[in-house]
Amino acid sequence: MPQTVTIEIRRYRPEEEAEPTWQRYEVPFWREWMVLDALNYIKDHVDGTLSFRWSCRMGVCGSCGMMVNGNPALTCATYLETLVPGPVQVEPLRGFPVIRDLVCDLTDFITKLQRVQPWIVRETEGTPAQGEYRQTPDELAAYRPYAMCINCLLCYAACPIYELEPGFLGPAVIALAQRYNLDSRDQGREARMDVLSEHDGIWACTLVGECSTVCPKHVDPAGAIQRYKLDAAVAWVKALVLPRSGR
Amino acid sequence: MNPAYRRHHPKWYRARMPIFWWFRKAAYFRFIARELTSVFVAYSSVLLLVQLRAVAAGPEALARFTAWLHLRPVVALHVVVLLALLFHTVTWLHLAPRAIVIRLGRRRVPDVAVLLGHYGAWLAASGLVVWLLRL
Ligand code: SF4
Ligand code: FES
Repeated sequence: MPQTVTIEIRRYRPEEEAEPTWQRYEVPFWREWMVLDALNYIKDHVDGTLSFRWSCRMGVCGSCGMMVNGNPALTCATYLETLVPGPVQVEPLRGFPVIRDLVCDLTDFITKLQRVQPWIVRETEGTPAQGEYRQTPDELAAYRPYAMCINCLLCYAACPIYELEPGFLGPAVIALAQRYNLDSRDQGREARMDVLSEHDGIWACTLVGECSTVCPKHVDPAGAIQRYKLDAAVAWVKALVLPRSGR
Repeated sequence: MNPAYRRHHPKWYRARMPIFWWFRKAAYFRFIARELTSVFVAYSSVLLLVQLRAVAAGPEALARFTAWLHLRPVVALHVVVLLALLFHTVTWLHLAPRAIVIRLGRRRVPDVAVLLGHYGAWLAASGLVVWLLRL
């Protein structure tokens, strides 16, 4: 086992340089270290100017997503050991504008997320006196996998369509829309369909499938999008054949 | 994007996507290959229509068409077309369980079953075509 490992980091210091550059660091190698531990070692002991986001260190907050050796990964859940002898290359998430070093601007995602109303929409809101909206375990199971999303955006970094067509809503936004569509308590399906069936919605997806491969929470956004396409197509055919029946 | 927000980050860096992005990963390459082979799918549909027209036009036209089919370069081309079609079909069928989620009561029908159903349908359709050609 090596004593040290080389980490190459794509740095971008907007006040100094017009383009990002690579910087190499030597860090000690510990078997139990994640890539994030190496980054924190650099920040604490070698170069305090390095910028990156992290919070929970346990694959829950979704803030430490970066490109590790060219693949989107949660750095707090990627063992350094799996990448030795190195060098290990760390870059900011692909597809998003870089603010500084490994920190990206995610406003685009947040704006799009709000458009699909990722919350329970009711036609008429019940009063607290009427009690909760009940749900059976089966009804919960219908949307549960999509509710596991931690907004880490690895799926966006894996999606070439998002990079080619920045207007595309993207995998996680559609999966989260589907999470609410499939919720038995929700009544917002039609309103979401207006946004999702736009040109930049589900139809922009050409099913590369990498979003589902990289998702650390097994959300399967590619599956969510294809299911949605099927639903939309069936609804369209129904409306064509039985115009009066409504959906 | 909120323009006011952009003002405070005047020096954002946005990476350009390289033309050959689809060489980055095997999965991207497979995707592009799947998309491109759809051209061959279109070609074979047109071929089938032309063949049907020849059948409708009588035995002479059909004989001419069949003679063309037997030309060496045409056979070579059609071997390539067949391989491309198989690649397209198989990769496409393997994506089907992603889109089709069937629930039987409480349980979700496993992906393998959906996949096998598609292969079964493919086999049945091919059998039908063979049977029609035999007639
Ligand atoms: S769908 Fe998966 S990869 Fe995408 S943001 Fe959610 S957890 Fe991350
Ligand atoms: S630090 Fe929270 S997911 Fe990695």
